Amino acid sequence: MDTEMVRLTTIAQNIAQVARGMGLDFYPVNFEIVPAEALYTFGAYGMPVRFAHWSFGKAFYRMKTQYDLNLSRIYELVINTNPAYAFLLEGNHLTQNKLVIGHVYAHVDFFKNNHYFSHTPKDMVERMAAHAEKIRDYECLYGREKVESTLDAVLAIQEHVDFRSHIGPDYKTDKTPKHPLKNKKTGGENSCQGSNCQGQGCSTKRTCGSCGNCQQSKIPTREPNKAAGRKSRNSTPYEDLWEDLSDKEHGTQAKQDYEDLLYYLIEFSPGLEEWQRDIVSIVREESLYFFPQIETKIINEGWATFWHAKIMRELELTENEALEFSLMHSQVVQPSRMGLNPYYLGVKLWESLAKKKSLEELFELRETENDLSFIRNHLSKELVEELNLFNFRKVGAHWQVTEIDWEKVRDNLVQQLVNGGNPRIVVQEGDYEGKGGLYLKHCHEGVDLDIVYLEKTLSLVQSLWGKSAALETVVDGKPHIFEFSDGLVSRRQKVNSFS
Amino acid sequence: MAEDIIVNHDDWGLHRKGYLDQRRHKEKVEEVIKQQLGDLIVDESIILSDGKKSTKIPMRSLEEFRFKYDLNKKNHTGQGNKKMSPGDILGRELGKGKGSSGSGAGENPGEDIYEAEVTYEDLANILFAELKLPNLDDKKRPLIAHDRPEFNDVRKKGLMANVDKKRTLLESIKRQALQENKDKDKRLKITPEDLRFKTWETRPNFETNAVILAMMDTSGSMGQFEKYISRTFFFWMVRFLRLKYENVEIRFLAHHTEAKEVTEEEFFTRGESGGTRCSSVYKYALDLIESDYPPAHFNIYPVHFTDGDNIGSDNSRALTLMKNLVEVSRVVGYGEILRTHYSSTLMSTLKRITDPKLRLVTIRDRNEVYDALKTVFS
Repeated sequence: MDTEMVRLTTIAQNIAQVARGMGLDFYPVNFEIVPAEALYTFGAYGMPVRFAHWSFGKAFYRMKTQYDLNLSRIYELVINTNPAYAFLLEGNHLTQNKLVIGHVYAHVDFFKNNHYFSHTPKDMVERMAAHAEKIRDYECLYGREKVESTLDAVLAIQEHVDFRSHIGPDYKTDKTPKHPLKNKKTGGENSCQGSNCQGQGCSTKRTCGSCGNCQQSKIPTREPNKAAGRKSRNSTPYEDLWEDLSDKEHGTQAKQDYEDLLYYLIEFSPGLEEWQRDIVSIVREESLYFFPQIETKIINEGWATFWHAKIMRELELTENEALEFSLMHSQVVQPSRMGLNPYYLGVKLWESLAKKKSLEELFELRETENDLSFIRNHLSKELVEELNLFNFRKVGAHWQVTEIDWEKVRDNLVQQLVNGGNPRIVVQEGDYEGKGGLYLKHCHEGVDLDIVYLEKTLSLVQSLWGKSAALETVVDGKPHIFEFSDGLVSRRQKVNSFS
Repeated sequence: MAEDIIVNHDDWGLHRKGYLDQRRHKEKVEEVIKQQLGDLIVDESIILSDGKKSTKIPMRSLEEFRFKYDLNKKNHTGQGNKKMSPGDILGRELGKGKGSSGSGAGENPGEDIYEAEVTYEDLANILFAELKLPNLDDKKRPLIAHDRPEFNDVRKKGLMANVDKKRTLLESIKRQALQENKDKDKRLKITPEDLRFKTWETRPNFETNAVILAMMDTSGSMGQFEKYISRTFFFWMVRFLRLKYENVEIRFLAHHTEAKEVTEEEFFTRGESGGTRCSSVYKYALDLIESDYPPAHFNIYPVHFTDGDNIGSDNSRALTLMKNLVEVSRVVGYGEILRTHYSSTLMSTLKRITDPKLRLVTIRDRNEVYDALKTVFS
């Protein structure tokens, strides 16, 4: 180890002591100094090792170009694991690194203590490396194009996972199903015999058809009517799926929405091969891991910024260092021209809270809040006015300010944060019109969907389902059904036959 | 001390993952370009402008599709540097938000469709990958050869820029393996004696000889569209030939009722008037071949573009001359640009020639130029 590393290690350990002395509680941290190329790769993939996909290459290229043109710069990247990994950009100045190291400790403190991260696996680096390897194997076995088009489709709906599956009455001993496939295989193999079908009262055409398929291709069926068999194994949070579907087969019209589109596909899609189901479950697991980071962006960045400033004030800095620190800090919290800089909004919120509350109360808030609740509970009238926040929308060809009333601004921000900013799409049935079609419903909350994107995404969902796929949504106040089958999207207004 | 804090500085020089997927992305961009090639190569902005070196192509299929909100129909929250009031106009298009990715609150409205910048060279490379000079006989060679450097030797002395890294390293390893003192800590060292350089010899190189006779109808009946299409065809043809073949001559012949040779610039810019007598340019071409390009030594490729509106009495003569032309050439391209649906008399006359060396194309629409290029040069 050269002298510079020794020096940086000492500094990092000192700052850790200072930070812990001030009350931050974080996992051990492994800092790694990396060149820009590596850092931007991790930024694009979200992880040092992740499966290959062109969309990451696209993101990498965009980020790297911005760095090369000096338009933006990432100073650090922290991975939520235990021990935590933090990557520092090679060429950061010492003062920059001091600030960044403090920032990192606060992030890791947040990962360790915030409730929303309590269910994320702490060995995700290894898991995702294993996923990458699996997907590489699938590429060798089934061809790169096939794997890629499967990933194209799954990644398009990766947000539609039930992020709260660990909460609620159905939540039993088994946590989120880590490998839904693995524990299924045992029960699946023998389930495609005709006798089995009869025995369990398989009455729909669909089930028998798939049984036939299944005998040819040796894919275990995952039909709803296997509920009985599964019930004994119990323990997934999706028991309601089985119950509901068997209900329907008994003629009841009870409809229940399934939040977890990916899980539904893994379980019920008639059009997926075994390895494709595995890919869906890989993407699902990674999506579950990343979601808490998406829903705590403002509060977490705010927390880290709030703390790096606090820590830096504790350190003995020379005049030059203090100047360099102030410069960098002001760049980080610079308000962006039109959008909202999460660092700035976040740190302003924490600073305003620090004036009213004790440190202990702040630590409590960082345990319990996410962006949505943080803004809903703490974005005050004064802050909205101080930050000159406003609502705006497109009126004709112009973007126009519509509201500056603080409650409207707050509520609009909150609304944008619901479900991580993604529309809520639920599965309503897997046998639409008796033809085995997938029927999704967009829970319309006032904002329409982008139609071009909807149609394209629906076609990708259809490719995963195999049979037709439909989506119900509201366009300009009227309920519409989009359906993708036989390579074409059709669109019709929904006729209310029953409600 | 906080012993659980570790700082590391490994060598990440071999971390190429981002580049690998970036390459795959680039491949996909090229696929999209390929699909649109027919439209792209007739794009005025590429062909007619002098300065513009690139064009933007929407990459719809490379957008990452999602179920997402219609940004034009929703309320956004923003931050101003002064107090705003309802009704203030923020602008037509919004600048890109900074540091706003990943967060709902920082969403960036006015987001454009994903576009990729495609340079003229990219386009040319993709287009030309599919084209070649057909029936090229490489025995037809000129008497004079070009000198061409060929790296075929390795020496101990040479230019540093030409150092052969692999052989140098091997030498170094060999030398140190022979040395007595096997000091484990000692890292591999390269001494001046280990250096190996690639060197070259100049070899005479006989490129295959070929000549293209670009013939274009410049008569009054050739309207804007017809001229544009034929020039587009020749534009790409000339670039393709210059890029792929070192030793190809191109002669430009323009004709109405009479034919004459013109410069490249005139060929691409000038228009004339008058009737059409295609036989005139065939005769001119045959004369040119006889005087300058003996078929025994040259691969000859005449390519003719016209609107097919030939004087009726000339058709039989044109047919005879065309037969002669086909005989001495490797391939003859004849293209007719038709905006109407009737077939011209010259085309139906030339159809009597059954020799596959004569390649007939009809262009009715802009995007058929690409197919025409592929028909003639494949």
